[in-house]
Amino acid sequence: MGLLTVSDLHCARGGIAVLQGLSLTLEPGQALVLRGPNGCGKTTLLRTLAGLQPPLSGTITCPTDSMAYAAHADGLKATLSVVENLTFWASIFGQTDIEPALVAMDLHSLANRAAQNLSAGQKRRLGLARLMVTGRPLWLLDEPTVSLDTHACDLFVAMLARHLEMGGGALLATHIPIDLATAQLLDLTPYRADPNTQAPDGFDEAFL
Amino acid sequence: MSLWEYANPKKFMETSGRILPWASGLAAVALCVGLVWGFFFTPDDYRQGSTVKIIYIHVPSAMMAINIWVMMLVTSLIWLVRRHHVSALAAKAAAPIGLTMTLIALATGALWGQPMWGTWWAWDPRLTSFLILCLFYLGYMALWQAIDNPDTAADLTAVLCLVGSVFALLSRYAVNFWSQGLHQGASLSLDKKENVSDVFYFPLLVSIAGFVALFVALMLLRTRTEIRGRRLRALMARQRGA
Amino acid sequence: MTALFWRDLRLALRAGGGFGLGLAFFFIVAVLVPLGVGPEPTTLARIAPGICWVAALLASLLSLDRLFALDQEDGSLDLLATAPLPLESVATAKTAAHWVTTGLPLTLASPVVAMLLNLPAAGYPWLVAALFLGTPALSAIGTFGAALTVGLKRGGLLLSLLVLPLYIPTLIFGAEVVRRGAVGMTATPPLILLAGITAGAIGLLPFASAAALRMNLR
Repeated sequence: MGLLTVSDLHCARGGIAVLQGLSLTLEPGQALVLRGPNGCGKTTLLRTLAGLQPPLSGTITCPTDSMAYAAHADGLKATLSVVENLTFWASIFGQTDIEPALVAMDLHSLANRAAQNLSAGQKRRLGLARLMVTGRPLWLLDEPTVSLDTHACDLFVAMLARHLEMGGGALLATHIPIDLATAQLLDLTPYRADPNTQAPDGFDEAFL
Repeated sequence: MSLWEYANPKKFMETSGRILPWASGLAAVALCVGLVWGFFFTPDDYRQGSTVKIIYIHVPSAMMAINIWVMMLVTSLIWLVRRHHVSALAAKAAAPIGLTMTLIALATGALWGQPMWGTWWAWDPRLTSFLILCLFYLGYMALWQAIDNPDTAADLTAVLCLVGSVFALLSRYAVNFWSQGLHQGASLSLDKKENVSDVFYFPLLVSIAGFVALFVALMLLRTRTEIRGRRLRALMARQRGA
Repeated sequence: MTALFWRDLRLALRAGGGFGLGLAFFFIVAVLVPLGVGPEPTTLARIAPGICWVAALLASLLSLDRLFALDQEDGSLDLLATAPLPLESVATAKTAAHWVTTGLPLTLASPVVAMLLNLPAAGYPWLVAALFLGTPALSAIGTFGAALTVGLKRGGLLLSLLVLPLYIPTLIFGAEVVRRGAVGMTATPPLILLAGITAGAIGLLPFASAAALRMNLR
């Protein structure tokens, strides 16, 4: 079984169908970069896959507790330090070792600084380091490189590459080209939902 | 043919459209007969005089106030378990009617209490529970108002209705514990001897039937309006998309 | 679950966390009441149980709207929902943290307030016992209310409207315990009922809170 199998997925945002008929598979060591114009449903797809919203129809198959989701917001507490933030998320996911994450995102020099005193890029680095402490194989990343400088971008790509080597997988929504040999592109434009199709039972269309 | 077929909005609109005139007619007739009979053709009570006649409004509205909450509880459960939209909308439609019934019961109770107990309001267990019920209706309606997405609103209000029911029941017992009170016991029951006498009993039954029919008519009307509202939303969403 | 509990506690204790606000509010209400009612000791003694409990309700209401809203704003709530921790445990941890930061300090400080309000000496142990057993229910009910209103822009006011009616049974039994205790009647029956409500609220409401959170996250 692969890391993730999606078949004939339909998703909606705010009661309006945005994606239809999407199928994809992800094997260990594979990364898939989602492309498409703003509003085409990248975030919606990632949220649906993460289980934060139910799909309209279709199936998502993956091993239980295999996904780690990173959204636009990093989920950091302003008054906690870098180490405290990471330790918290590590213990939520039943992990103890945050050292590799600190190294991977070069956070050692900031270790005891409160998150509110970090720059936007440094916060993002901390948010991405959080992925390492989840210990989960499948990463769902929503615009991971926003506000990262080139050096931090390289760190991120290196971290991602190591994750893939170790048998992990990743689904990324990004507009910036990721310099990764194994990454494949998936354009979401063909899967845009036709607003005139009859949507399945479960929202307003039931009343027509 | 299963009962759940009526949960389909189209089927519901058809059926309710047919029932609505009958329910409205029945409400009008039963209320007229019950109230006129009760007000003008029953003797005055030997102790309470003619003030007793407010019973024909007070008791039915108080009964409906509680029954409507129970009906909302049932429809909320149906929505949570079977996700029939009509069920959620019926609960939404019933709440303002229930609130109105509660307010009528409180107001007529105050009008009755003034000459009888010499006070408009007393912190009596029954009165207090009705005031609390009124707060629950308000909270429920406020939550419906506050949420944009109708399905989320239906979900959350249904959960509130479930939890609220438990706490309303607890409050009822708590209030009994807390004060003994002035209010008389139940006016109606099937097997008790201390019922109100027959002269008052039959017109009271007719006006209760009138209140039930009135509720059914109003509820159907309001649910139909809600369904049309959702249909409008769906059409507008489709138009924006196209 | 304990990790979340300790994090919330630590956040409350750090600058801007609002620890102690509830306690200060509790004191202010208790000080304002005699100013409004008049200084007569017997009057104050009679209303003291009710004032203590109403002040406790309002104080525990104060920090509720931030319970989940802050986590939602910074994205933690989404991440917690995808974590292996079930949302029921999240709700329980939040309830516990809320109680430790509001209910527990209130309970410990209540004898001082009781003294200001001239509560008869016999009532003191009952007041502390009733608050200790009753305030966890307030936190659990409040968590449920916060979970219902987490997605709303102006949830605070609505939250009070939803939560305060649910506080009624706790308020009635809690104040009854103190009232009976203060005049030397046996106060165990309402105390047992109060404990029952608390046990029910802590045991069952996390499930309702988690359901509400799931609905809000969709």
